Amino acid sequence: MATRRDFIKISALGIGGATLGAGAFNLLKGSGAELATTAAFARYPTYCEVCFWKCAGWSYVDEQGKLLKVEGHADDPHCSGRLCPRGTGGIGMYYDEDRLTTPLIRVEENGRQAFRKASWDEALGMVADKMKAIAGSHGPESMALFNHGSSGHYFTHLLKAYGSSNVVAPSYAQCRGPREAGWIATFGTSVGTPEPTDIRDTRCLVLIGSHLGENMHNGQVQEMSDAIDNGADIITVDPRYSTAASKSRYWLPIKPATDLALLLAWIHVIIYEELYDKDYVERYTYGLDRLKQHVRRMTPEWAYGITTIRPEAIRETARLMASAAPATIVHPGRHVTWYGDDSQRSRAIAILNALLGSWGRRGGFYFPESASLPEFPSPEYPKPKWSWKDTLDGRYPLASMGVTNTVIEASIASPEKEARIKGWIVTGTNLPLAIPDKAQLERAMQSLGLLVVIDTMPMEITGYADIVLPECTYLERYDEVRTSPYREPSLALRMPAIAPTGDSKPAWWIAKQLGEKLGLSEYFAYKDYTEVLDWQLRQVGSSLEEMQRAGVKMIPRKTPLYLKEGEAFQFGTNTGKIELYATEFEKYGFDPLPNYVAHPEPPKNYYRLNYGRAPMHTFSRTANNPNLTDLMDENKLWVNPKVAKIWGLENDQEIWLKNQDGIVSNFPIKVRITERIRWDSVYMVHGFGHSRKELTRSYGKGACDAEMITRPMTDPIMGGTGMRGNFVTFLLEKPEKAVES
Amino acid sequence: MRYAMAIDTKKCVGCSDCVVACQIENKVPTGYCRDWVTETVYGAYPQLELELRSERCNHCDNAPCVRCCPTGASYIAEGGVVLVEASKCIGCGACIESCPYDARYSHPDGYVDKCTFCIHRVREGLQPACVAVCPTKCMYFGDLDDPSSDISKLLKTRKYKVLAPEAGTKPQVYYLL
Repeated sequence: MATRRDFIKISALGIGGATLGAGAFNLLKGSGAELATTAAFARYPTYCEVCFWKCAGWSYVDEQGKLLKVEGHADDPHCSGRLCPRGTGGIGMYYDEDRLTTPLIRVEENGRQAFRKASWDEALGMVADKMKAIAGSHGPESMALFNHGSSGHYFTHLLKAYGSSNVVAPSYAQCRGPREAGWIATFGTSVGTPEPTDIRDTRCLVLIGSHLGENMHNGQVQEMSDAIDNGADIITVDPRYSTAASKSRYWLPIKPATDLALLLAWIHVIIYEELYDKDYVERYTYGLDRLKQHVRRMTPEWAYGITTIRPEAIRETARLMASAAPATIVHPGRHVTWYGDDSQRSRAIAILNALLGSWGRRGGFYFPESASLPEFPSPEYPKPKWSWKDTLDGRYPLASMGVTNTVIEASIASPEKEARIKGWIVTGTNLPLAIPDKAQLERAMQSLGLLVVIDTMPMEITGYADIVLPECTYLERYDEVRTSPYREPSLALRMPAIAPTGDSKPAWWIAKQLGEKLGLSEYFAYKDYTEVLDWQLRQVGSSLEEMQRAGVKMIPRKTPLYLKEGEAFQFGTNTGKIELYATEFEKYGFDPLPNYVAHPEPPKNYYRLNYGRAPMHTFSRTANNPNLTDLMDENKLWVNPKVAKIWGLENDQEIWLKNQDGIVSNFPIKVRITERIRWDSVYMVHGFGHSRKELTRSYGKGACDAEMITRPMTDPIMGGTGMRGNFVTFLLEKPEKAVES
Repeated sequence: MRYAMAIDTKKCVGCSDCVVACQIENKVPTGYCRDWVTETVYGAYPQLELELRSERCNHCDNAPCVRCCPTGASYIAEGGVVLVEASKCIGCGACIESCPYDARYSHPDGYVDKCTFCIHRVREGLQPACVAVCPTKCMYFGDLDDPSSDISKLLKTRKYKVLAPEAGTKPQVYYLL
């Protein structure tokens, strides 16, 4: 049993080491029994930006105007008054003393490149001049935007006004893109975010590599807990004994990379034992006969040899799902770019839900609805001559959003070919830790004529920038009203609780200033973003003043939450039905019914590298947050005891990782010997191993999984980069390799 | 009145929100904590069980820390809550040594600090910060002397355990199993 000291050792940064800015953590003398609740002076509505679940909350400040804490908004459907650890620790995004506080321009001094501080006027003037030059010589389409989070909205608007629609985000091709392709092909609609999983009322939740509880998407975790209280059954498929697996009635410890075989066997059982929802399938679906024929030989016995899951366990779990249907959710997952056939795996998941009749049913999936706010009046965008679709070069025909990797490829100049993309704006995404194949990413960045990075922190990506523009944190700014789809539509306001630190600025301000310098003032016809917000809110019968008081406003639904019994329903597919047989896939030459394809296995002494999340961190963006590093300040490599014995590894021993392409990790990672992982794979939490010294708390803490992912397997359907096909071995001695930065 | 806490291990995901919420609410200095999360794994792959527990001071009925305190700084307040009067504490650390739960630490300002069940919030009718924030709602705080309280009802209907019962401290944090 771990003791309290172990906890400190595990999760605490050096005791009493860090000094935090602005005195927020000034210690009060005394017993500590007379604190924050009474000391709070004012509260301001916000919604969280530490992840993209966007929980609404209140930021509290004291009488001196110091930020005290952020708490969940009781009326918010995303969080029901309870933020997750990242949201609670969100004040650390503000107090992090390593923040970017002034614009920076790359200069060369004595043959060495460095950043020098600059005024906003100079930095933005330089960006505008370079963007004008690119537009003049190559056309505005040669600028691309990489974005994630709230700031993306303003720079998307800027880029479109400038004349480019090359807007991409790793949240598609490095994350949830394949499931959207699989869902669109089956149900004619994407899953979207937040996922419309009716977990609260489910009777059976099936998680396939989805580690809710470690992946702390708040509403889903809260509902999973409610479902446990209500006696729902959970089935978890994971080679690792995840937290969710430990809450499950069935944990299927699957051999990695074989999930599709299990899904097909489940489909086999449900069809051949006639467990499917006959009325639903007959009324709403297309292609049952062909599916039935297709999975004829895909029996649990067949899948056993592939997945190592016993046939009786496959049958029992299929029957359990069917007995709870339609209140069964086979969760579509979120980060699903695994093996390059991910759209097909997502299709199998979609098919399973269709057979169980769970789409559009209580306890399955509800139909989400969002509030709609009109756009602030603005001139029409110029029509770009080409877009990111042209960077696909005939590949990935079912990509429904921009594909980062093809834009990156199109940015690389070679002797034979000039790069189509000449400049990038990157906001809110740390590409070196998000994009696989770092060498290719670096080639692209070296080719660029302009790289502008907007961030709150000196992330790795800022180290490659020509110009760095410091954004203030979500606690210091207004942003777009949140209108995310949910059971009940809602509006949520984010307003500043406190003035921006240093010379950091809200993204809307940065985009507007840049727009004006580019001669695009008419697209930014307001002085302050509050004018936009108030105008938008007044169109729907609210106002900025109302939202400043209320924070969250619920809007009545206009459409039904579920399908009505026997309702005629037109799905957005070619046949108007739920397509068990995907005609759209067939049209482009892809398997209209999913097939299991074996993936490469690790060579001797190598282990499949699996990665995931910890509940107190979001990717690499929180690894330096003082509050959250205090909970977890490094990742560890999970190793099965048998493997540890072979290698003679001990807990907390530092080792280096080497992948199948000979790439060695920049930093060592400590070993965590645990029964919770299979012997053929290792596991680490994503987002650590930072290599910029400016990130003083996270520099060199743990190792970076992205560094080891040099061989992505690309999904031919939508361009997603499968990142679970890389293998690592261990170096017990420090390799001869200079640590960068 | 007997304040106590029950924590449902079936629902806890070990996210540590209770830890960070406590640190912020109680201005616990960086690197220290009044509550913490433990993970215990039973069995061998793939026959496994996992228990996650949010732990803190057990506000014992028979509190060795109070008995051994030479200055009277450690005392029992309303509802059986064990508190430290910082101005009376000389930081000798006897209480830290006596606690079987390792629930106390030396504050850099020279006194011993620990969980207060957020008595300052409870007095205002609020839940302790850890309970109020928990996304899984796995934590219950209330009065065991009130048979209608949630915690009283839960302890009547659910299996539970306490930590280190052999120490004879009569701990008041219960883990639902």
